[in-house]
Amino acid sequence: MAEAMLALEGLHKRFGALAATDDVSLTLRPGEIHALIGPNGAGKSTLIAQIAGSLRPDAGRILLGGEEITGLSVAARARRGLGRSFQVSSLAEPLPVIRNVMIGVQAMAGHSFRFWKPAERDPRLIEPAMAALARMGLASRAWTPVAELSHGERRALEVACALAMKPRALLLDEPMAGLGPEGSARLTELLESLKREVPILLIEHDMQAVFRLAERISVLVAGRIIAHGDGDTIRRDPRVRDAYLGE
Amino acid sequence: MTDQTPSDTAPEALPTRPPRRLGRRGTVQLVMLALLLALPVAADLLGHPYYVTLASRLTLIAMAAVGLNLALGYGGMVSFGHAAYFGLGGYVAGIGAYHAFDATAFMGMLPGSDNLLVLWPLAMLACGLLALLIGAVSLRTSGVYFIMITLAFAQMVYYFANSWPTYGGQDGLPIYLRNTLPGLDTQDPLTFFLICFAGLVLSMALTSRLMGSRFGAALSMARLNDTRLATAGINPYPVRLVSFVISAMITGLAGALYADLNGFVSPSMLSWHMSGELMVIVILGGVGRLYGPLAGAVLYISMETLLGGLTEYWQLFLGLVLLGVVLFARHGVMGWLAGRESHG
Repeated sequence: MAEAMLALEGLHKRFGALAATDDVSLTLRPGEIHALIGPNGAGKSTLIAQIAGSLRPDAGRILLGGEEITGLSVAARARRGLGRSFQVSSLAEPLPVIRNVMIGVQAMAGHSFRFWKPAERDPRLIEPAMAALARMGLASRAWTPVAELSHGERRALEVACALAMKPRALLLDEPMAGLGPEGSARLTELLESLKREVPILLIEHDMQAVFRLAERISVLVAGRIIAHGDGDTIRRDPRVRDAYLGE
Repeated sequence: MTDQTPSDTAPEALPTRPPRRLGRRGTVQLVMLALLLALPVAADLLGHPYYVTLASRLTLIAMAAVGLNLALGYGGMVSFGHAAYFGLGGYVAGIGAYHAFDATAFMGMLPGSDNLLVLWPLAMLACGLLALLIGAVSLRTSGVYFIMITLAFAQMVYYFANSWPTYGGQDGLPIYLRNTLPGLDTQDPLTFFLICFAGLVLSMALTSRLMGSRFGAALSMARLNDTRLATAGINPYPVRLVSFVISAMITGLAGALYADLNGFVSPSMLSWHMSGELMVIVILGGVGRLYGPLAGAVLYISMETLLGGLTEYWQLFLGLVLLGVVLFARHGVMGWLAGRESHG
């Protein structure tokens, strides 16, 4: 078995009496989509915040490519190859689409303290950004302000921003949210083609997409992973049916 | 249709960035600069040095606001304490002249100097260091807390200057002879205006260049969405801090020139009124617009000169204009004159 690209080891996070993350361990292997599902309030957002770096776990370790990143900032994790998208789009609305992507290319090149040379037309920034946009079907929208994009295009742009950073692992937080069946199907196809390049930890409510895409599924309920396995295992697990699917 | 140059055309003929044109905005900007240069020259030829000095004052206030605009407009850092840098720059010029005049030394160590080529870098260095200190602490906060903490720091500097008798305390410090620049007669009003004009143009050119660079891209993103910036792999804090320091250095250089213009520096240059004035100018002109500070300074100084002659309550009218701009012209005078700017 290949070594895990992203690994969580015994993560704990408490808010007062509430154990928001209770001994969570999981791995993401190269070439796979690992889905994390769970009812509202299961602690998914808290867990994502800890992986992305905006929240420190009380205990446990997070490893990216075998290297511990538990104590690193959001930006440092991103530079080490952790890409993410947000549940609610987090983009610079007035800027053209491509500028949102170029900032990631620039960060990976590590040259953000260059004060003189014009960046806006630098092909070293534009070309990789364009490639990421083309990948997500947004190339024709490159110079459109984000504010003019449809909801579906924003979801795709979030993923393009992450892709432009050439990540080693992707953390996608409900990328299908609000997409509708057609948009959802299109994004599912795109993610399917992506996973060979970069493994994806997928947090998603759209069960159809999850069962189609994910090699492995973990079910989070009340901060704990109560079940783990492939699609069939999860579908048959009575605890999962109780907690989540049976609703 | 857009012209496509080979360098920015992707193989599949994807849409490229529309080319730049001079357009309405460029024309308005050129006219503004040309007038700012031509009017004082004309006034000098016609023998009205008062107007030349007034233009120098306007130019320096605009330059100080250009500095503030980098932090406030482009970086989204609402500093209510930029008078600290404006005043500190002024005091560097004043203290340098004071010791040069007396042939004594600053704190018994640094000899005085009346050479602007020494004083300007010194003023910028001092302001940069002060901003590094203040920024390092203040930028840990945001929003209202940032406004208040920058104000608090500036007030500390203000009271410090007030209570340091060596340099005049609250009476301020006169500069008997304008500091000198080799080869130029700084006493001549028009020559001094041209120096100020060069300072303004250079600081605007620097801002423009900076904002077009990779650093500028990061700073814009820090203002618009710092979560996106961090997620992309760039920590917003150092980006903000560096731009805050550069901003203070520009404002500080304007302050050094301002002290020389007036032949006088006093704690009033450090007061929160001054900080507020600079903020008002940036907002009047158009926040985060290259020519906003100049447009704002023109409006501010015009009102002060024209209405201030009629009534000492002229700021009542300033308040009304500010209200109008905030309510009806969010992009300031420049937005009204030159149209909306494609953001960047």
